[in-house]
Amino acid sequence: MNGSLNGTWQIESSRTRAIIGMRARAAAIVLAAMTLAGCGDLQPWVKPYERQALADPIMSFDANPVSTAYMDHVFEAREGARGALGSAGGGCGCN
Amino acid sequence: MTLMTATARKLLAAIALLGAAAALTSTVASAGVLPEDRADVLYHRYEGGGVTIHGPSVLVRKKLAEKYSVSANYYMDMVTSASIDVQVSGASEYKEERDQWSVGFDYLRGKTTYTLGYTDSEEDDYHATTASFGLSQDLFGDLTTVSMGFSRGNDTVRRTISNPLNPGARIIDPTFEMDLDRWSYRIGVSQILTKTLIMTLGLETITDEGYLNNPYRAFRYVDPEDATNFRLATEKYPRTRTSNAVALNARYFLPYRAAVFGGYRFFTDSWGIRANTAEVGYVHPFKNTPWTLEASYRFYQQDHADFYSDLFPRIDFQNFMGRDKELSTMDSQTMHIGATYEFGNAGLSFIKRGTFNVFYDRIQFNYDDFRDARDPGLIAGQEPLYEFGANVYQVFVSIWF
Repeated sequence: MNGSLNGTWQIESSRTRAIIGMRARAAAIVLAAMTLAGCGDLQPWVKPYERQALADPIMSFDANPVSTAYMDHVFEAREGARGALGSAGGGCGCN
Repeated sequence: MTLMTATARKLLAAIALLGAAAALTSTVASAGVLPEDRADVLYHRYEGGGVTIHGPSVLVRKKLAEKYSVSANYYMDMVTSASIDVQVSGASEYKEERDQWSVGFDYLRGKTTYTLGYTDSEEDDYHATTASFGLSQDLFGDLTTVSMGFSRGNDTVRRTISNPLNPGARIIDPTFEMDLDRWSYRIGVSQILTKTLIMTLGLETITDEGYLNNPYRAFRYVDPEDATNFRLATEKYPRTRTSNAVALNARYFLPYRAAVFGGYRFFTDSWGIRANTAEVGYVHPFKNTPWTLEASYRFYQQDHADFYSDLFPRIDFQNFMGRDKELSTMDSQTMHIGATYEFGNAGLSFIKRGTFNVFYDRIQFNYDDFRDARDPGLIAGQEPLYEFGANVYQVFVSIWF
């Protein structure tokens, strides 16, 4: 009897998990679709003429490339970690 | 390379992989805009742990027809080393030189920048070459820059031995030559979040295959019959290594014209090393003066590699055995200060502006399972843990033209 009850409970439990998983996937798809749809109408929320602060040399991730390269080298030669040092860069579209 | 360069291999790997991306980094940085025409001349000096390394680095970048940009970098290390590894091995202080050349080419088409790079690093017993390709693309009104890159490196590892005809001199061992191949894949996103805040996310996977040993370095194993309880044997490393790193960086513009920045990197690899790096800093230009001061603090911590031990129980304890302190459990802390003086064209019509810069870094390295085995009067395994401080100086001039 107990075994039968346990079996029923396990079946219900796996069905519940499956339903939750399907709903989670559906929600993720809807969210992704909404996000992608939003991209089509995405407007730059920081206009080009509002980027003078970002264009300031003190906001550059790599204002001194020879110095940055040298210090990266100093650390890589003495530590076990490596990689992901070069920042993706300014990308502010301001010259 | 020799024993000296505690991590000559890593150092060269770093150079190889970062060389192009280092000297030529900003070429990948912002799609849609080519890097500015500039020239940099730098003198660097590192002193710490019985090692002195100094030399110049020169970088020149020039745009052509507003669509192309070329760059070239020359970098030199002049090494004098009596590091702890050298002293424990019984070797004497040595000197060596490493020369590195990097060239790069960028092509701007619309909002996409294509980058090619090539780096060549040469020393007596180690030769490394790296070719790289990258592209970056501006998206969403130039608020977002997506970049990706690939590098391919080929190293040749040699070693020096005593000259049989002149025992005081060293020659290249004609019977020893090993290869090492390297692949690097990286992607990055730079995102403008507000008028004063920008953030970057970068991921990089690097895979090595080949001779990853340092042919000069030894591991220690217990020998009860030895006076100091240990003997040395040549390290045995795996022939492959794959690492992953992810880094998040941000920069914020303060209302009174100054900037704060911070970053975090998580690293893991197939050798069992896990590392965390965090950094915060501040840049302050002084109003109505040509001076800018900056300061930052960096903290790094890692766990040791699976096959690392300061002292193995016996010579054949396991398949792979290493005692490179860069693979041990360790941390480092760095304090950085810098001063920049900006000047005009100094009467030279072909110069737009320039800066004179002096930077100083103090680095403290602390090892949790690497012992100072230099004192033969101490029993192996009971020596104090090793630590040392390093001073790093940089003096450089940058000119925009």
